[in-house]
Order: sequence, then structure tokens, then C-alpha cells
Amino acid sequence: MASSISLWVFLYVFWFLLSGHTEPLLLGFGAISCAVVVFIAYRMDVIDHEGHPSHLSFRIIPYWVWLCIEIVKSNIDVAKVILSPKLNISPVMFKTKANQSRELGQVIYANSITLTPGTVTLGLEDGILEIHALTIEGAKGVLSGEMDRRVCKVKGKMEGHNE
Amino acid sequence: MDMIFDILSWFFILAGSAFVLIGAIGVIRLPEVFTRSHAAGMVDTFGTALILLGLMFQAGGFNLVLVKLVMIGFFLFFTSPVSSHALVRAALADGAKPLAEDGSNLEGAYKEKGEK
Repeated sequence: MASSISLWVFLYVFWFLLSGHTEPLLLGFGAISCAVVVFIAYRMDVIDHEGHPSHLSFRIIPYWVWLCIEIVKSNIDVAKVILSPKLNISPVMFKTKANQSRELGQVIYANSITLTPGTVTLGLEDGILEIHALTIEGAKGVLSGEMDRRVCKVKGKMEGHNE
Repeated sequence: MDMIFDILSWFFILAGSAFVLIGAIGVIRLPEVFTRSHAAGMVDTFGTALILLGLMFQAGGFNLVLVKLVMIGFFLFFTSPVSSHALVRAALADGAKPLAEDGSNLEGAYKEKGEK
């Protein structure tokens, strides 16, 4: 019930920011539509910790800042590779272990790898990531495990009861 | 002040466009679907982020337009890796062979049981 209410509040804020209406009639319509959406989500049984990750703490924000810097760096690297006349790519495929204890952490890690250009996650099964990298340097960057450690740090704080 | 914002806005929009262009060149130059997906990933992370940043300076202060632009960026941040992943996964499922070396000998790579 508590998560249904917080989902409604979240949806209503979202609705208001997108619409920008302040007339009482339209505000009422917005409230009703959000309530209908929450009801449907409740019926579909998708209001769980994954569909509504209210347990995601603010500790993820420093991680995002770090991730954005990494994205900028790898973008410049990939741009250099594309623009170099010789096109010196060395595509490589490999598997690596995600050390996060739960699926959400593993998905954050896999998504972060895909977000940085030059590396794409092809699959995630039982905590084993399959990765395709454009260059061998990109592959080594992933295998250095820095991103893995940082996600673990964020997730460790979020899942304090687990491990 | 408007002048500074205009210059910053121009700078970011032009830089974003440049990255979109480089991504497009990459999609043409790179050999097959998996390597091309890296170039496409450049377009939907840095390219769009820079263009959105440039547009934010044109929003004219702190208002709903700015909030909406931030939201677009926020949702792209979550949806674009999912779509790139779905794309390469679909290519794999369709039987496309990645033009890639086996990297299981790299330091730190996970090795399956039975493999040396």
C-alpha cells in the first residue's frame, strides 16, 4: 500500500511537470488518471521493489557523475578510432563476472557497460556478462574492474542487509 | 548574460551535432553490426546529451521547459542501453557472427569450467 501511494505521488508529480496545468478541473483529471494507472499496475502485480525502486538511495548520484565522465572519455576514444584513416579496430568478445549480489546491481553494471561507447553487453546470465568491445583497450578497461567495484559500492550500501 | 548563454548553447549544440555526425560516419565505416552498434551508442549518449545541454541554455531560466529537457535526458540515460542491448542480442539470436577475437585469455576475463 505504501509503495502504491508513493508511486501515485511520483506519477502525479511527473504528470504535473509534463502538463504544466494549474486549473482545478485538469488537476483533478490528472489525479484520476494517475490513480487508474496505479490501479492497473497493482492489478498487474508490478508494484514491487524492481518496478518501483524507492530503495535506490542518493548514493547512486556520485556514481552517475563518475559514469558521465567515463562516457565522455570513451566517446572521445571511439570518435578517434572512427575518424582515424586506418580504422584500427580490434574487436574482441569476452566474459566477465559481475560481483553484485543481486539482479538490480548486475543490471546497473551491464547497463553502464553498454552506455559507455566501445563496449556492449551481449548477455547477462547468472552473474556472467558477455561483452563485445570495439578495441582491446576498451576490453581491458572493463576487465580492470573499476566500474564493477563502484557499482558494488553503491549496491552494497543499498542492500545493506544482503551480505 | 543572454550572450553568454547563446554562445554556450551554440557550442554544445554544434559539438553534439559533430558527435552525431561522427557516429553516422562510424556506422558507415565500421564493418558489421556489432562494431557498428558502438558507433550508434555514441550518437545516443554523448550526441544527444550535448544537444540537450545546448537546448537547456535556450530554455530561458529555470522553468518547465528546462525540467522537461532534463527528463528527456534522464529517460534516454536509462532506455538507450536497453535498446542497444536488445539490438545486439537480436542480431546474435538471428545468427550473426561477431567479427571479434576470443578474449577469454585476457587478464581478468571469466573462464568457463572445462576451458583452460
